[in-house]
Amino acid sequence: MTAAPDAALAEPLLDVAGLTLRFGGTTAIRDVGFGAGEGSLLAIIGPNGAGKTSILNCLSGVYRPQEGTIRYRGEDLRGMRPDVIARLGVARMFQNIELFENLTVLDNLMLGRHRHLRYGTLAALLYGGKARRAETENRRVVEDIIDFLEIQAIRGSLVGMLPYGLKKRVELGRALAMEPTLLLLDEPVAGMNVEETEDMARFILDIRGELGVTMIMIEHEMGLVMDIADQVLVLDFGRRIALGPPAQVQRDPAVVKAYLGEAS
Amino acid sequence: MTAGTVTRGRSTGTVIRGRSTGAVRGRPLLRTSYAAEQAIWNTPAKRAWTLALVVAVLALPFFLSRDLTSLMTTVFIMAIAGIGLNLVTGYAGQVSLGHAFFMGLGAYTAAVFGGAGDDELVGLGLDMAVWLPMAGVVPALVGLVVAPLAARVRGLYLAILTLGLVFIGEHVFKEARSITGGVGVGRAPAEPVLFGLDLRARYHVFGYILSREAVFYFVCFAIFVVMAMAARNLVRSKPGRAFAAVRDRDVAAALMGVSLRRTKTLAFTISSFYAGVAGALLVVVIGRVTPTSWDLFLSIDLLAVILIGGIATISGSILGAAFVVLTPRLVSELADVVPFISTSPSSGFLSVFQLQTMLFGALIVLFLVLEPRGLYGLWVRVRNYWKAWPFSY
Ligand SMILES: Nc1ncnc2c1ncn2[C@@H]1O[C@H](COP(=O)(O)OP(=O)(O)OP(=O)(O)O)[C@@H](O)[C@H]1O
Ligand SMILES: [Mg+2]
Repeated sequence: MTAAPDAALAEPLLDVAGLTLRFGGTTAIRDVGFGAGEGSLLAIIGPNGAGKTSILNCLSGVYRPQEGTIRYRGEDLRGMRPDVIARLGVARMFQNIELFENLTVLDNLMLGRHRHLRYGTLAALLYGGKARRAETENRRVVEDIIDFLEIQAIRGSLVGMLPYGLKKRVELGRALAMEPTLLLLDEPVAGMNVEETEDMARFILDIRGELGVTMIMIEHEMGLVMDIADQVLVLDFGRRIALGPPAQVQRDPAVVKAYLGEAS
Repeated sequence: MTAGTVTRGRSTGTVIRGRSTGAVRGRPLLRTSYAAEQAIWNTPAKRAWTLALVVAVLALPFFLSRDLTSLMTTVFIMAIAGIGLNLVTGYAGQVSLGHAFFMGLGAYTAAVFGGAGDDELVGLGLDMAVWLPMAGVVPALVGLVVAPLAARVRGLYLAILTLGLVFIGEHVFKEARSITGGVGVGRAPAEPVLFGLDLRARYHVFGYILSREAVFYFVCFAIFVVMAMAARNLVRSKPGRAFAAVRDRDVAAALMGVSLRRTKTLAFTISSFYAGVAGALLVVVIGRVTPTSWDLFLSIDLLAVILIGGIATISGSILGAAFVVLTPRLVSELADVVPFISTSPSSGFLSVFQLQTMLFGALIVLFLVLEPRGLYGLWVRVRNYWKAWPFSY
């Protein structure tokens, strides 16, 4: 199950240390550290309000942590603007869907291609050879993602009209369209039925298996976490209470006490 | 590592990969290439309508009085300004009440570059090929300077900030007498001489006499077509999608790699360019105007253009411009028939201006509540009704 931890840990893509985030008086994240090796899948679990989403928000530049370092491919992401971080190849799926509801599925996915479209405003105004070619080429990539996620039939639909499960899938598609190096998933199967959950799990496994994208996934669904994660980070009240392979974390007394014990 | 490697089956949906760019014969709606689907006129109906419309527009001046021809020219000009405002407000979601200022700035830039100078007025007397682009570039540069400020605030604060521009503008226009002519005097607009061709003269074409109004009508139509196409290109490509993303969800937009500051700045800059060009052309049609003409009422007229015509649509801006320009005229024609409307402000129960203001106000409210996509939205509804007929519910 675990994809060669020694190879994965040899050269971590992401290395977070001493991360601390405060909102006024409350401390959402307290001195948390973890790493993610190239191509690995790190799961973050913990009770509600433990600070899981806040960690992803720090990684993608939405929140600015007061302390700590976030080393990603040798650069410190801390203090960088979200759009700069996105252009470095960090993509994101949200806990509460954050799609562009007034746009079609295609336009949403094409927005995922934004960082790969290399033509200027003047070219856009003229829509000449360069812009036209770039649009068509990137449209092709988007169509491949549409095929992969099996959402051909809704490509022209306005996203606002779609049911929840499909919206989640489109959001995954938009993140994939960015061709990310690091993919952050915030509860990708929350609120889904069994069938939709299985589909999503299959997509996530395929993305890892075929594209080798490094992933950090927040998930409450323990079965899924135990099945697909290489490493599990357990948070409680903003603190790291365990970090390790799923089997080990599952047996950790602190985890059993703080989280698994009371939750299940 | 491309996403292509994850592909499993190939789609056989409505979009089929292929070499040919034309539609398959007998199935005009089957598109066989992405380029064909992305085209502006992607259905035969759209092509036919556009062609019919262009022919009608070109024929119009031969049937209209000179006065009405100028009115139609004003429609094109207000459509240019409306498209500009729609780019920043409709597409990028940044409210602007400051467009009257940018129109005025464009008009005076044009007057400086293209107007006649004397001891009191600055004027270089250059060709329209120079003054028209400058009338766009100078407001665009000012827009570029203002944009970083505007990008920091949103909603009501942005409305107030841009409103401030109009007041500052009015003051500056009043004081800068050597450029604007000053209050109550004004100055003559830039001279419409394009590549040496005097657009104020009459021309004989194929045995017809073209009035100067008709000549300028055609010139403005051509400029309008170019600028409308450019705007259409913009909104269907990378920057336009970024505008919509910033409007709908700015956090998500940033996480796609869209720079909020850059995108808002671009929207302001381009839209100021459009406003400037429109302002320069407008004074050529109207003639001498006083510096106080570039006031809040003009900004509100422009908002009416996009709110009545349709937010975030290019064709809506055109419909809206036609509506806003033609309605007052219609109302004043009515004034001769309906007793309680008067054409002079002092007599009668309602003046034309009051009626027009009330009408626009009421329509803006109605459209905002009932059909936020404006006239364009109404048109789409009618079209869909007939498409689905007899199963329209
Ligand atoms: N923008 C904010 N301002 C103030 N407090 C915040 C903010 N965002 C998060 N918090 C606080 O930080 C703590 C952690 O929140 P976070 O959303 O990261 O939890 P979570 O682990 O994702 O929870 P859930 O499982 O419910 O999604 C919470 O106490 C929350 O109230
Ligand atoms: Mg959360």
